Amino acid sequence: MRVVLLSTLLLGIPALAAAGTPLGIFSDSGHDAQEISRLIALFGGVSIAVVVLIALLLASSIWHRRPADTSGGRPQRDEGGLPWIYWGVGISAVVLLICMLFNLGTIAAVARTPDDAAITVQVTAHQWWWEVEYQDPDSHKDFLSANEIHIPAGEKVRILLSSADVIHSFWVPSLAGKMDVIPGQTNVTWVQADQPGTYRGECAVFCGAEHARMEFRVVAQTPKDFEAWKVHQLEDAPQPQDATTLRGRLAFESRCAACHTLRGSSAAGMAGPDLTHLMDRSTLAAGTLPNDMGHLADWIRNPQKQKPGTGMPKVPVSEADLAAIVAYLRTTH
Amino acid sequence: MAVETFRTPMLVTAEEAERHAPGLERIWETPPGLWGWLTSVDHKSIGKRYLVTSIIFLILGGLEAAVMRLQLAQPGMHLLSPEAYAQLFTMHGVTMIFLYAFPVLSGFSNYLWPLLLGSRDMAFPRLNAFSYWMFLLAGIAMYVSFLTGRAPDNGWFNYVPYASRGFDPGVNIDAYALGMILLGVSTTVGAINFIVTLIRLRAPGMSLNRIPIIIWGTLTASLANLFAVPAVTLAFVLLWFDRSWGTHFFDSTGGGQPLLWQHLFWMFGHPWVYAIVLPAMGIVSDGLPVFCRRPLVGYSLVALATVSTMVLGFGVWVHHMFATGLPVTSLSFFSSASMVIVLPSAVAVFAWIATIWTGRPRFTTAFLFFAGFVLLFVIGGVSGFMTAAVPADWQLTHTYFVVAHLHYVIIGINVFAVVGGVYMWFPKMTGRFMNETLGKWSFWVMFIGFNIGFFPMHIVGLQGMPRRIYTYPADVGWGTMNLIITHGAYIFAVGVLLFLVNMVVSRIGGKRAGANPWGGGTLEWSVSSPPPPYNFKLIPIVARRHPLWEEELGEGQDRSSTNTRGFLLNHGRETLGTTMLDAEPDVILKMPEDSVMPLLLSLALTAFTTGLLLKLWLLFGIGGGVALLAGIAWLWPQRSLSQIER
Repeated sequence: MRVVLLSTLLLGIPALAAAGTPLGIFSDSGHDAQEISRLIALFGGVSIAVVVLIALLLASSIWHRRPADTSGGRPQRDEGGLPWIYWGVGISAVVLLICMLFNLGTIAAVARTPDDAAITVQVTAHQWWWEVEYQDPDSHKDFLSANEIHIPAGEKVRILLSSADVIHSFWVPSLAGKMDVIPGQTNVTWVQADQPGTYRGECAVFCGAEHARMEFRVVAQTPKDFEAWKVHQLEDAPQPQDATTLRGRLAFESRCAACHTLRGSSAAGMAGPDLTHLMDRSTLAAGTLPNDMGHLADWIRNPQKQKPGTGMPKVPVSEADLAAIVAYLRTTH
Repeated sequence: MAVETFRTPMLVTAEEAERHAPGLERIWETPPGLWGWLTSVDHKSIGKRYLVTSIIFLILGGLEAAVMRLQLAQPGMHLLSPEAYAQLFTMHGVTMIFLYAFPVLSGFSNYLWPLLLGSRDMAFPRLNAFSYWMFLLAGIAMYVSFLTGRAPDNGWFNYVPYASRGFDPGVNIDAYALGMILLGVSTTVGAINFIVTLIRLRAPGMSLNRIPIIIWGTLTASLANLFAVPAVTLAFVLLWFDRSWGTHFFDSTGGGQPLLWQHLFWMFGHPWVYAIVLPAMGIVSDGLPVFCRRPLVGYSLVALATVSTMVLGFGVWVHHMFATGLPVTSLSFFSSASMVIVLPSAVAVFAWIATIWTGRPRFTTAFLFFAGFVLLFVIGGVSGFMTAAVPADWQLTHTYFVVAHLHYVIIGINVFAVVGGVYMWFPKMTGRFMNETLGKWSFWVMFIGFNIGFFPMHIVGLQGMPRRIYTYPADVGWGTMNLIITHGAYIFAVGVLLFLVNMVVSRIGGKRAGANPWGGGTLEWSVSSPPPPYNFKLIPIVARRHPLWEEELGEGQDRSSTNTRGFLLNHGRETLGTTMLDAEPDVILKMPEDSVMPLLLSLALTAFTTGLLLKLWLLFGIGGGVALLAGIAWLWPQRSLSQIER
């Protein structure tokens, strides 16, 4: 009994530590993550109980009372001890078997990609950002975004994963386990968020210099809000309303269009993220910087300083042009 | 070795052998000086070289970790560029797993095997020297790349496509390939040497059920390596083809498969991690009896558990690939196999606990390390059990939870056993005790520092921290745990430093030790400390598992004869070959003299492989030519080795 209580207490410490952290596993808010948290709690509880038990046995084996040593330190006969192995391994085998069955049960619960997913999102991983594509049976209603994936809360969402370059890994700890993104194949995973909210994700396999700065967000909305969001995404960016933003759009088309698309301007580059609704996103550069005016300017002025090695080169641009570009981008709601 | 078939060895008493001792000394000793050192084929010298070299690599790997821990102590630190950090974490892994963890065990095994088995040397002394030089050169090749700022930088498992020329164009990955190919040669010839030594060179009477568990451990690892190392060699050769000759084995745009690399690497990698722990477990299985003053509980079960762990270890490699999108049915198979493999480890754990419980422990430093090892083994084992469950692994893989697991098993099982083994066998190797007070301090600082440094990694992994990131934001809540981890790691480093200092001061001025300072029961304790160059004046005749404990254990009438009566073999360098199962005397084996060919051949092969990998054709040609000549010189039949008919 003491062992059980001690184990629960010891398991509670890591769980408490892990809960409430934005990328933590026990912040589970989705179907898969909850199933997996249950499994981790069971296996973790068994593990901690085993460690505590073995520690107690080890301590007892060292310090338990023994009859006085009459042999003057000489070695003694091979007296017994085999039952330790039989009992120890026997009990371990039973516990192991029970855990194996839970394991197989949880695999069944989370592994199958459902046929009845409400929507499918295509995610292409790049060094070091996430391209997100929503397709529609009417291909005029396809659109691209980057680093933020909106989904309807309470519904199954299928995610198709491709890579533009090396192996990455798609991981939203609060919603589901991770799935590697491997060039040459399309891996399929699915998520379901129970409640509306923002769930952070990250790349989980070393993919080069800025692997550490390749976060993304999954934003779950009520179905109504989600539909409204999709309609909005299809709109072009607004036309410039004043001289500064007009200058900004012209500068953007001249300096940035080689890599970026921004519908509402003539920029149609495909190498970098689509910026049509940049201001709807909460971060810049895949979670590297907050999305506000100062950081946007810093990023454009010198991306290599903010995220060394990033695919965006330092494009020479005058401070006046920079301010204009920032003003223009700030209209891309 | 070669066989002399026309002479029966003399069976003599100790008094008669005494008269021949100076002659034996002259036959077996290595001449002093640098040339003697470079040409020696004495397994004790080679074993000590392996140990010293691996410990140097341990220190280098530890320094790499120390710098990384500074960078990670708080969010957003900028001590290191992302590229520098990538080289550090890669070289830390490569150094520890390839240049420390396995060679240190080879060092122990090389030194001890002939002494434990009652033989005068390993089966192939020149091959033994060659395997050491190849290891050293492989390590040097990889570290030279570090000095030029071009160390491997894609993690020790080096996944493609990032490892391909398009993404990692410098020589970094080529240096890794070079080092691994050379190391593969070293490991393979070492494995062959151990296997043949075990089959042929045991003392008369030392049947397979009487050999120490470290022999079972190293034997199992050697057999496994023969099958596993070719997989990684193949992987690196194919990668080199892709990088240098335009093939597409791993390149999906050319019809290749990135996952092929992972399969080949882990088919090697998983058996390799058992190769770096099973001999260490053997050290503890042989060491605990010495300090508990009773034989190991369940010897046969532990020997079987050793072999079955390795056999099962060939069937679990996909558990490193659970998140790659493979079919769920196959994942379930590998998941179940990864859980079944817990059972043979459980056999060993309960055997150790039972040995302590029913024995009478003596609290030497070595005993503390062996006891601490048992607890750390179990902690590392259970975190592995957790990740064996596929859905759990989908959350835990590629995070610091796995980093915690791997350090508990590698440091807990390999390092703690090795350090305990050093404290136990240092007197045998040097004739001096290590300081016990400093030893106990080193244990407690290492044990406490290790747990403070690595236990919180489980937590920060559960908090979502992935592996191989050079920094992390301030708003994810990982800062506190990382700061604790850095502190713990440095405390652990101090403990390791105390151990190193202890080795140095004890070597110089430690208390003198006799032949059997701990009262051990196996053959190595029957010779002087340090042993004479010929190990045994008389090849002993063995009747039991613990030849030196036979009076006390009282297991029957038969007695081993160590130092009383045995085979005198003194017509040049000779030892006895026995039959495989029951170790009956069979042939006289002629052993080679010291030779420079192992060193020359390894230098030539390194030049050859470097030239090939870096497309330096002159080096390739010279290296190949010299290698051919050295090989011929090495294998040229010699009369003294009875390789030419009289």
